[in-house]
Amino acid sequence: MIMGLIEPTSGSIRVFGHDMAHDRHRVLGRMNFESPYVDMPHRLTVRQNLRVFAQLYGVTDSAGKIARLAEDLALVEFLDRPSGSLSAGQKTRVALAKALINDPELLLLDEPTASLDPDTADWVRAYLETHRRDRNCTILLASHNMAEVERLCDRVIMLKQGSLVDDASPAELFARCRRSNLEDVFLDVARGRVNAKNRVVS
Amino acid sequence: MIDAAAISLGRIGAMVLRYTYLLRSSWPRILEMVYWPAVQMLTWGFLQTYLVRAQGVAPNSAAIAAGTLIGAVLLWDILLRGQQGFSFSFLEEMWSRNIANLLMSPLRPAEFVVALMVMSLIRLAVGVVPVTLMAIEFFGFNLWALGFAFAAFFVVLIVFAWSVGLLVSGILLRYGLGAENLAWSLMFIIQPLGCIFYPVAALPGWLQPICWVLPPTYVFEGLRGVLIDHVLHTDLMLTGLAIDSLLFMGAAFAFAWLLASARRAGTLLQTGE
Repeated sequence: MIMGLIEPTSGSIRVFGHDMAHDRHRVLGRMNFESPYVDMPHRLTVRQNLRVFAQLYGVTDSAGKIARLAEDLALVEFLDRPSGSLSAGQKTRVALAKALINDPELLLLDEPTASLDPDTADWVRAYLETHRRDRNCTILLASHNMAEVERLCDRVIMLKQGSLVDDASPAELFARCRRSNLEDVFLDVARGRVNAKNRVVS
Repeated sequence: MIDAAAISLGRIGAMVLRYTYLLRSSWPRILEMVYWPAVQMLTWGFLQTYLVRAQGVAPNSAAIAAGTLIGAVLLWDILLRGQQGFSFSFLEEMWSRNIANLLMSPLRPAEFVVALMVMSLIRLAVGVVPVTLMAIEFFGFNLWALGFAFAAFFVVLIVFAWSVGLLVSGILLRYGLGAENLAWSLMFIIQPLGCIFYPVAALPGWLQPICWVLPPTYVFEGLRGVLIDHVLHTDLMLTGLAIDSLLFMGAAFAFAWLLASARRAGTLLQTGE
């Protein structure tokens, strides 16, 4: 919905001041996203895929940009392999390279470490932390992995059945729910142990 | 409305590059593009040669008859392969689950459509041009020798092919791969109604008005006019092109409406069956 792929049934979404339902093309070049549920063409090599997306996003010096991303994301040895032949972890890194190809000001990540082994998942989280700090990029992360959210996020929005139930920093959520980690906060929200004002009810 | 100034040749080029990479990566794809038009042309060509000889037709009449049939087969291939070149390029995005990547990129729908048109032309050049050369070698029929008439036939056919491709792509976006067979089969309705191998007059009177709504009918009637009467009926071509324009606008509107409908229904992330 934030990228304009789905229209909201009511209300509106504005990114960089533009309504995403009608004006999305003014801002899509300043955003990007990564999701394990969206693939890149399998028969194209990693380099070919990245070159196509670099051109779609109007990246100048695409060869240099691809080389830098490949270096950063440890993709150099896979650049000339078909994307479909990569493992889940390698595909995630390629998808991240695609998501970063235009140096987005707003990066949307949908379960970026889903189905990754713990080592690769940790590597991806560390990379995202560094990227956010170095590029001052806003990251909007959707995840059910509360340890990941706790590590990466300054602000947490909790949704339950499509409704917003909380919006605070991790520290504020711990204090309100009298918990020491987001996993427990999540369970409290999911199981109805906190009410609308985040008071503990049981 | 399409803002022409906002259309980017770079993004169109990116999509053409993507499809070119795909074609280059798969020789069976390229072989398949030549294979069917060649088989079709050879089958009909040899059948026509046999029938003409068996009936003892005068050489000049035989040449005209052969030209009419082989010319019709080649123009039919331009129509069918033009549409399939458009639709199959679009389907590649759905098969590879890449459609969401594209729709969430700066690529505009109009740019996507132009790239699909370009690919339709490239696939035609790869698949049908060699077959037109084979027709010269095997049956002495030179489609290119029709000159301006061929150019007129081509324009009317390819615009109609794009219209059908656009409509099919819109349906695929809205209803997913369950509608995939339309990409293969929809154009075949033109074979009986577009009067490819026989004149409109051969059909029942009640069916003829339907035939005249289809731009290909004007092309195939025009082809027979050129080969048999040696006259290019420009009125037929202009009428065909006018109907083409209306159908293309209708298809573009339908595509935009189906895309908007898919956004409202939230089906763009669930493009499988």
